[in-house]
Amino acid sequence: MLKILKYSFYDQVRSKWLIVYTLFFLTAGYMILYLGTDLSKAIASLMNLTLILTPLIGTIFGVTSYYNSREFIELLLAQPLRRNHIFLGMYFGFSVSLSLAFFIGLGIPFLSYGLWYSHEVGNFVSLLLSGIILTFIFSGFAFLIALYNENRLKGFGISILFWLLMAFVYDGIFLISLLVFEAYPLEKFAIGISALNPIDLSRILIMIKLDLAALMGYTGAVFKKFFGTSMGMIISYCALAIWCTIPISWILFKVRKKDF
Amino acid sequence: MIDITNLHKRYGKIEVLKGVNLSIDAGKTTAILGPNGSGKTTLIKSILGIVKPTTGDICYLGKSILNQWLYRNEIAYLPQIARFPENLKVRELVHFIENLRDQKGNYEDLVNLFELKFSLEKRLRNLSGGTRQKVNLLLTFMFDCPVYILDEPTSGLDPVALIRFKSLLNEKRLQQKTILITTHIIHMVEEIADEMVFLLEGNIYYQGSCEGLLANHHETDLEKAIASILSNNHVENIKI
Repeated sequence: MLKILKYSFYDQVRSKWLIVYTLFFLTAGYMILYLGTDLSKAIASLMNLTLILTPLIGTIFGVTSYYNSREFIELLLAQPLRRNHIFLGMYFGFSVSLSLAFFIGLGIPFLSYGLWYSHEVGNFVSLLLSGIILTFIFSGFAFLIALYNENRLKGFGISILFWLLMAFVYDGIFLISLLVFEAYPLEKFAIGISALNPIDLSRILIMIKLDLAALMGYTGAVFKKFFGTSMGMIISYCALAIWCTIPISWILFKVRKKDF
Repeated sequence: MIDITNLHKRYGKIEVLKGVNLSIDAGKTTAILGPNGSGKTTLIKSILGIVKPTTGDICYLGKSILNQWLYRNEIAYLPQIARFPENLKVRELVHFIENLRDQKGNYEDLVNLFELKFSLEKRLRNLSGGTRQKVNLLLTFMFDCPVYILDEPTSGLDPVALIRFKSLLNEKRLQQKTILITTHIIHMVEEIADEMVFLLEGNIYYQGSCEGLLANHHETDLEKAIASILSNNHVENIKI
């Protein structure tokens, strides 16, 4: 598996799109940091960008990467290797390279701004971790969508719809349901529904860490009230860890019997 | 060496292989022929475990290969479409495959044979279709395996490369390698194949020598014999 991971990683890091992705975060990081004055506010601003962009790029690049490797996968499957190792290697090679691009893109501006001398290191690490976890989750779902759809156009369509659903539509439905059922106690329902969307979970996680939970409205306040800061964070991380395992296990299940 | 028993493969409602029984002898070159969609590639991919059979069994040296992977150490495969990771250089790809198989490939002679010296340091996305196919051949023949499975190996090759490929194939035949090849170039089949298998709609229509097929159809030219099989609508009356 490590051999495939290594070469998948090498292939990805030389892609010009990955360089563009890194440069984008680098520019956005510097702009937000140097236009404002407060590290905490910069982290909150970059949170919104991260929560939208990392799932989008993970999904789109993930589907593209799988379809570009489609014929090469056949060659790999004809080698003396286990199927599981081929797909795990490809998936981790891709996710690690994308996460590294995000890490470098945001890391350099913050380090050069003097992150180590501030009290925001923990908050920044939460932001980075959320972005990396979202990259892993959405890359996994992208691979899965591509595995289920041989038709590339259909695969791209479904992956964009999936991202739209998780990033925007889900929140809309959530808010409407809160309005419709406002007469009922909704705390547990709200927590349960938030845990079903990794983007919402990451948002809550960063907000709790930044101590801005009340600002994000109902779910953040409920999380904070129910679990407190540390318990809320532990629960969010655990839920995100479960989210990471879902696409990986699903990929392994799918490739066991798939014809290529 | 490779024994296929009652192999069925179904993709949804379409049955691509309908109970194929086939024995491929060691040290022989077997050509698999058939019109588009007759199941040639599915048959080859089933042997390699890339496609999972619906029912039936495939044995390599007497052992079932279903859900196995170590037997592929003994098989070199040339896929029909030569597409590789675009950002890698040819030399890196060669090392990658060597690394994956834990075998040292003997590729210097092949680089000279297919004039790939100047392509070794180029990224794969910058190569033409024909050069990619040469790289495909290089990746297949750099390992000394007992079995070579080649799916349309001549597609995209220029005449010089084609002649050199045929000489390479003859060299492997002399070394008593087992070669399984699908192709649409009938003259090549006549030149190199010890045995031919003709697939029609997922069944074996004919298995034997080229001469046998000619005699069966009272023809002197293999291309004409095959054309007559396809045009005379024998499809409904297949007898194996």
